[in-house]
Formats: sequence, structure tokens, C-alpha cells
Amino acid sequence: MLPAEFAELEKFGAWVLETEPERYAKRLASSMEEMQAFYDAAFPHLEPAAAHLDGFPVDDLPEAERNLLLLMFSLVMVSFPIEVWKQARVPDSGAAYLDLVLEPRV
Amino acid sequence: MAFFPKPAAGSWTEQYPELGTAPVNYEDSIDPAYYEAEREAVFRRTWLNIGRIEQVPRVGNYFTKELAVVDTSLVVVRGKDKQIRAFHNICRHRGNKLVWNDYPGEEVKGTCRQFTCKYHAWRYNLEGELTFVQQEGEFFDLDKADFGLKAVRCEIWEGFIFVNLDPDARPLAEYLGEMGKGVEGYPFHEMTEVFGYKAEVGSNWKLFIDAFAEFYHAPVLHQKQATKEEAEKLLGFGFEALHYEVTTPHGMVSAWGGMSPPKDPSMVKPIERVLRSGLFGPWDRPDIEGLEPLPPGVNPARHRAWGVDSFHFFPNFMLLVWAPGWYLTYHYWPTAVDRHIFEAKLYFVPAKTGRQRLAQELAAVTFKEYALQDANTLEATQTMLKSRAVTDFPLNDQEILLRHLHKVVGDHVKEHANAAG
Repeated sequence: MLPAEFAELEKFGAWVLETEPERYAKRLASSMEEMQAFYDAAFPHLEPAAAHLDGFPVDDLPEAERNLLLLMFSLVMVSFPIEVWKQARVPDSGAAYLDLVLEPRV
Repeated sequence: MAFFPKPAAGSWTEQYPELGTAPVNYEDSIDPAYYEAEREAVFRRTWLNIGRIEQVPRVGNYFTKELAVVDTSLVVVRGKDKQIRAFHNICRHRGNKLVWNDYPGEEVKGTCRQFTCKYHAWRYNLEGELTFVQQEGEFFDLDKADFGLKAVRCEIWEGFIFVNLDPDARPLAEYLGEMGKGVEGYPFHEMTEVFGYKAEVGSNWKLFIDAFAEFYHAPVLHQKQATKEEAEKLLGFGFEALHYEVTTPHGMVSAWGGMSPPKDPSMVKPIERVLRSGLFGPWDRPDIEGLEPLPPGVNPARHRAWGVDSFHFFPNFMLLVWAPGWYLTYHYWPTAVDRHIFEAKLYFVPAKTGRQRLAQELAAVTFKEYALQDANTLEATQTMLKSRAVTDFPLNDQEILLRHLHKVVGDHVKEHANAAG
């Protein structure tokens, strides 16, 4: 499902998600161990992925490249729990929520 | 410790003697009667931004806007003559809501050739004229010309669609005044890639404006978002604005922005270093006209370290223009004295590459992390204000826009009460 040079990330296919609400829900439903494993595997591929995607117009990505971009969106999504919060939720955010209602689709 | 100069009056606040410097009473955020007065005196009489022209680019494009604060719903549509108009979303026959799908309370958008009422199939063209009445002959002397949709004042500024329920209101451009004029010419029309967010917040609408009208809280509430060393440094500095401007009823704050890009990449998180993006947006400026030079009202101090300007257009519209070339809007729509719907939209120049799109994604995700921290303090504040254990609160010089907001609302309420006798 991913371009050949990113084959080792195939096992994180469950993080290829279409929308921010899906990615946010998966973040809240995941353990820190799951997110850490995904982050550790995917982070070294972020710069190569950005470089690889530079070869394509973003509004007309082949299927594998599109999956790669969606996977990297999920890396962005888990970066706060991993790099900052050490937990899935924003600390002290309690019952507060902020639903994404509009996003640029790829 | 002062890092940036203050005006000759000694403080930003004292430049505007009418604001005073005394503690501010927050009864205006908990009193249901005051809220009722605000609805009449403020929201029924001021220009309200309800969207952008890009939402209705072609003839027949429409969207609806629910405005609980003034007990109405509006439909905004681009007519055959290309004009954008706003109408009360009510059928002239017997008051059914004209445009909605499945759930009458939910906002909708779409494209149509005409509006047809679900109830008895009365039809209106895109200019609001009644064009068809089912069994017209059953009515008594009905002249269709007298039963067009009820129009609402609708004017455009820099692509922002505003409405005003007061037919006698002064024109929009005059209302936005010097503050609006200073922003004119910014390339808003290039920034058409939108991330939109919505939440219902358990606080008075003014409390969330308060939260975003000062950056005094930023080094404290958001300290965990920076690296540890950076957070300690920021807390030590505190916050000082580059500039404040108050042109009643509007106000603005101009703030520095060391993070776009940071002087030293080790100040920021690993993902920000790779994607060259963060809270202040993608560090690399988009390749468009209109960012250099900026309109005179943007970065008014012409400071090298400028990062963001936050304009508050009274009553409930905030426009944030960020140094790296994108903008953000906030709207606060009251639904009760202690509730409101919060809307935020981030606008970027459309990404051409996956890398650019990833940089925008990081900016949008970061925005949400910050906003969730901001939102959750509000319900806590609302419940404690309601205790009335403390009623008056000292506001500092970096909170001048809060002092101004509460005074301007108060002035509107007072004037309206006086006019009503």
C-alpha cells in the first residue's frame, strides 16, 4: 500500500486514515506504547517521505503516495503525545473538545 | 522588565483614558438579564461576519447560518447577477424554515437554481423573489411581488461576508473604520485552503475573547508545549506586546514571533525541525504577491521580530494575521449567558506538494492542542465567576483589549437602554 522504499512501515497500515477525526480518535484509543512504536518507526522516514512526495503534485497523488501522506499525517497527530504530553490527551483539557469540521482533502 | 517600548503615556492602557485602570467587574458575564440586553444592544445592531465569499463562488451556491443569539437563521446565496445576498431563512407563507436538510437546527450548504419550501412548495429565485405559489388561485388578492424573502443587510469587506439586522446601520466599511482600512489589500483571496473547527463551550462568549485577546497567559498555560529550556526562558520573560491599538469599538494587538523560524532549531520539537512548521505556521513563506510590503495596519510597529497580529472586530470576530503568510479567524456565537459556540478557521495558500501539506497539517494539529488548553480554562472560570465570591478583577496593561471589550459592550447596553427610555 506504500511506495517500495517505505515498505517497513506497511505494518502500521492501520494509521493510514482519511480524516483528522479518524486520526484523533485513533490517538485517543491507542496506548502510549502503541504510539511510541509507530513514532519510533515512522519518524526517521518523515524527511525521506517529504522528499519523495515533492516529486508529485499534492492534488494528484498516486495511491501509494497518497497512503504515505496519510500515514505521515498520523505521525503528526501522535507527535504531541510522544514529544510533549507523555499521554494521549492534552493535559488539563478535561471535557473540552474541538471538532474538526472542515479540512483540505488529499 | 521591559523588552519593548511603551507609549509616552506610560502604558498602553493610559493612552486611552476612557478605559481607566481600575479592577473590572465581571457581572456582565454571568447575569442573564445583561445577556438579554447584549442580544438587543450588540448583536442586533452591529456587523457580524458570517463567512467568506469563497464559500459561494458560483451562481446558486448557498449556505445557512444559525444565529441563536438573535433568534434567527440566515441563508446566504449568490444570485444570477453574481451578487451575494442574505435572507432570513423563513418561508413567507406560514413560517416554515426554508433551507435545511433532515435536522432543522443544522447548518447546510449547497447549490440550487431556486429555493423550494418543503411544506407547500412555494418557490423563491436566487434573488429572493417569490416565483411560484402552489394553488395560487386559492389565495385572496395575493401579489407575489409582496412576498419575497425577507432580506438582511449584507456587505462584503476584503472577501468577508458581513450581515447586520439593523436596517439603519451605517455602512460596513465605515463601521470597520481605520482598523479595517489598515488591513485592506492583504492577500486573503490567495489563502483558500481551510481547516475549520467547532466546539460548544460552557462559558460566556466574552470570556473566550478575553482568552485570545491577551498573550499574558501564553508562557504559563502553554509552557509544556515548548522544550523545557525554552519554556523556562519564556516564563522568565513573560509577555509584552509590540503594539496595541484601540479604535472603538475594535482593537488589536501585535506580538513578536521568535518561532517562525526559530533562531536556534534546538528550541523547537523534533517534528517541527523536520517539517519546518509549528504554532506560527509553516516557516517558509508561500510564493504569492501581497506579503511584502504588508498593508500599513499589519505589523503596525514595523518590528523585525513581528510574529502575529490579532484584530478584534467588535463584537465577535477575531482575525489573526501570521508573519509566515497565513491567517486564522475566530467567531464566538452566544447561545446563553454561560454558553457559546466557538468556531476557528485556518486559511493557507493551497499546498502544491506533500511537504507543504504536511507543514500545514502540523500547524493545524498544533493549533488544536493549544486551543484545547485555552477552552478548558473557560468553564472553570465561568463557574467560579458565578459564585460571586469575587466580583472585580485587576487587569494589567497587557490585558487592555479585555478592558476595552467589556467597556464597549457595557456602553452599547447603556446607550440602548437610554434610547429605549
